[in-house]
Amino acid sequence: MTHPDVVVTGLGATTPLGGDVASTWDAMLNGQSGVSALTPDWAEQLPVRIAAQLAVDPAELLDRVKLRRLDRSEAIAIIAAKQAWADAGLADSGLDPERLGVSVGSGIGGALTLLNQDDILEASGPRRVSPHTIPMLMPNGPAAWVGLELQARAGVHSVASACATGAEAITLGMDMIRAGRADVVVAGGTEAVIHQLPIAGFSSMRAMSTRNDEPERASRPWDKARDGFVLGEGAGVLVLERADHAAARGAHVYARLAGAGITSDGYDIVQPHPEGTGAIRAITKAIADADIDRGDIVHVNAHATSTPVGDLAEIKALHQAVGDHPVLTSTKSMSGHLLGAAGALESIATILAIRDGVVPPTINLDDPDDGLDLDVAANKARHLEIPAALNNSFGFGGHNVALVFTRA
Amino acid sequence: MTRDEITTGLAEILEEVAGVTPDDVAEGKSFTDDLDVDSLSMVEVVVAAEEKFGVKIPDNEVQNLKTVGDAVSYIEAQS
Repeated sequence: MTHPDVVVTGLGATTPLGGDVASTWDAMLNGQSGVSALTPDWAEQLPVRIAAQLAVDPAELLDRVKLRRLDRSEAIAIIAAKQAWADAGLADSGLDPERLGVSVGSGIGGALTLLNQDDILEASGPRRVSPHTIPMLMPNGPAAWVGLELQARAGVHSVASACATGAEAITLGMDMIRAGRADVVVAGGTEAVIHQLPIAGFSSMRAMSTRNDEPERASRPWDKARDGFVLGEGAGVLVLERADHAAARGAHVYARLAGAGITSDGYDIVQPHPEGTGAIRAITKAIADADIDRGDIVHVNAHATSTPVGDLAEIKALHQAVGDHPVLTSTKSMSGHLLGAAGALESIATILAIRDGVVPPTINLDDPDDGLDLDVAANKARHLEIPAALNNSFGFGGHNVALVFTRA
Repeated sequence: MTRDEITTGLAEILEEVAGVTPDDVAEGKSFTDDLDVDSLSMVEVVVAAEEKFGVKIPDNEVQNLKTVGDAVSYIEAQS
């Protein structure tokens, strides 16, 4: 089936590494960690007392009254989307709002609002619960707010597929353009759940690093001493655009979103398939969809979250689906794991790697695991011509999403 | 409490909840048309006013409170 080309014309992000794309990318290339100790009182009783917290608080960027009616995940989605929108130069372009769509998801949604309002309910009764509670906690809230801010009228969608959310939202955005339902889609992910309940939940699964005394060294994908992921918060948003639409208005193009592959394991609610078949099929589909040879993929921004099992399962999948040649990295070593925003932030890192010809490092990879037999840009950024690159995202529920970006 | 004191108290609430400039708050101003207070923010204003002035403002009364002056009169009568 022929379909229109989709390109990326704008990027926006607010992350533990910086309040925008430029500062985040700079921090990544310099191998900085965004992980730090959690200082609230509630952290004291937790087995995990570290997290990758936003570098710039949304209160510095949005006004106080507006923030009263926004969940943190919504506030940062708006911030990232507005950056991407400005970056794409679409503000005064005369784009028909009925040709503008939004696809922004969150892995967990407005949990901070739910928990905070429950505290108010318990302490002061139902009449004190904010009338903004429902629009703040509803899972479509971030997408709806972005759509409202940008006046998007081609459809506003909120994908939820746990840690694959950001990548799946981008895929849906691409599909909207390919299917002719929109000319431009603002797509990405957002997550802000640094709170004792989500941390306790992930801790009970034994999924998180407990390296509390060395926060910056806690996220260490593929290292022998890795002991789980580090929870991060942030938002990443891409402006996707039909290639001829972008060309007609002379827009700057970062890269082409050449293909995507989505599969589901149908195996276990949290464990990936032991043979990684779901991941292999997703990557294979993405490469086929991009209509390139797997040998063209010279760089992979891996999902690798720093968990003992997951990191090596992905290596096996990459061997089968791509081969032995790509240079890998896990930017989660620096950003922590942004859950529903991970696939979006890592898409941005993949796109900028292509643009700048440089693979950001995987920090804390001091003692590579025996099962790591692919080339990783360990501890130092590596210069590399990148015509095509892959970004993997996998989520609880058996979601596998692979995206292929190519040089514009 | 005088009408002026109640107006000042409402102005503080309106600034906190809806970002209304206190100088804009006067008895003749409509909450929705002049001060741009939407329905959800109005709920917050009512709850905050109940707490501040020690009164009860039932939901079926709220629709009658079109202007700041209406609210001042209601609070004055209840307190």
